[in-house]
Amino acid sequence: MLHRTLLCLLLAMLVGLNTAQAQDRLRMATTTSTDNSGLLKILHPPFEAQYGIKVDVIAVGTGKALRLGSQGDVDLVFVHAPQAEQKFVASGAGVERLPVMHNDFVILGPEGDYAGIAYLDDASKALKRIAETQEVFISRGDDSGTHKKELALWQAAGREPGGDWYLAVGQGMGAVLTIADDKQAYTLADRGTYLAYRDKMSLKVLLEGDPDLHNPYHVIMVNPAQHPHVNQKAARAYMAFIRGAQGQSLIRDYRINGEPLFYPDVLP
Amino acid sequence: MDYFLQACTGALRLIFSLDAEVVVIVWTSLCISVIASLLAAAVALPAGTLISLNEFPGKNLLLQILNTLMALPTVVVGLLLYGILTRQGPAGELGLLYTPVAMVIGQFVLVTPIMANLTVATVSAADPRLLQTCRSLGAGPWQQLPVFMRELRVGLMAAVVTGFGRAIGEVGVAMMLGGNIEGYTRTMTTAIALETSKGEFEMGLALGILLLSVAFIVNGLLFRLQRRGA
Repeated sequence: MLHRTLLCLLLAMLVGLNTAQAQDRLRMATTTSTDNSGLLKILHPPFEAQYGIKVDVIAVGTGKALRLGSQGDVDLVFVHAPQAEQKFVASGAGVERLPVMHNDFVILGPEGDYAGIAYLDDASKALKRIAETQEVFISRGDDSGTHKKELALWQAAGREPGGDWYLAVGQGMGAVLTIADDKQAYTLADRGTYLAYRDKMSLKVLLEGDPDLHNPYHVIMVNPAQHPHVNQKAARAYMAFIRGAQGQSLIRDYRINGEPLFYPDVLP
Repeated sequence: MDYFLQACTGALRLIFSLDAEVVVIVWTSLCISVIASLLAAAVALPAGTLISLNEFPGKNLLLQILNTLMALPTVVVGLLLYGILTRQGPAGELGLLYTPVAMVIGQFVLVTPIMANLTVATVSAADPRLLQTCRSLGAGPWQQLPVFMRELRVGLMAAVVTGFGRAIGEVGVAMMLGGNIEGYTRTMTTAIALETSKGEFEMGLALGILLLSVAFIVNGLLFRLQRRGA
């Protein structure tokens, strides 16, 4: 009896694995910030229902997402690092790079603001001050879009970040916020993740609104000429959906505690 | 103290509410690790028995390699197989990366050396009269194999249980080869890693408690199976 039950269970497992394998699937590499914000949980169910396509979300840093794209391990990337994206397209790895939405980055820090950046309005000047006062700064350090932005800001500040006060932790946005909060340190975060985490931490937004902190998100299809197995039909359907009326209004109306996380770029 | 209390109540809630998402996660974990462990057992138990019973050149080296492989970090297995399974890799055509099949392969590679080693240890610790009897009855290596596997099933089952424990509790392979895709390749361990990174520590710990409960039940089943066979 026990033997037979176990055998049936095993068969069910094998069958389950097989049917999951056979479904029409779209593989999308996206950033931890998009995934952690909770937006995809709102966006994907109506898409999956309408098109009968299952979206497999692989949430990694933008750098790795683009790498997965250029190796052909995903069909689509949904990322936020304009310069790296342009390189990705120029190298022939991606085609049809299209804007979806944007928000902005914010510099977070402890309420006491020991580096005194709250009255500044220039992000790179703020980083310079943090470096000068040697207040602890947590860096993503994972080649993500946020990390690339942070490095660009350091460059603009004319500083090579490093030293005891600069901690590159190599983790996702959420983990970095948790660490920064624990150490009462400064960090750069995208607004979406910040809003999703705000209730769980005591860090405050100390600097926002600098045009340098603009954070646009694009979708890019992996080049089917380089990778013939790319699920073009599903990728195009997805792009049309999130850039269409329904997708854009879902993005516009997605709020946490009444605050919007992203602003749609196609339909205002 | 709140932290542990919340985690424990969270775990109980997860177990008793049968939240659809959690059920899928537990089921995925079980499917992948059970299949990987069974495949590993099918290779490792006979291979380990044969290695132990026979003398051949390079045997010590082989044993040393097997012992070394016990220390394989899961992330290294993940990296190696990633290089093979990625579209640019030698097996890229199959498109297996970020599927449950890739995770089964990864856990198989991880667990096989462990089971093989424990099998070697079990067989070499067996009563020497067993081998003498086999030989005196004229049984060659291939006929000795089933005899040993039957006689030593208690020890061999321990090898399988250990391997299964390693498979279901590992996170490196599951994360690297599965990609933590919700409803598809998200297992209990990758879900714990995700919840932790999101700062949902109580939820992470609750899933951890759930994982141990599942392992407890599976081990209970195996134990019963073993006693019936005895």
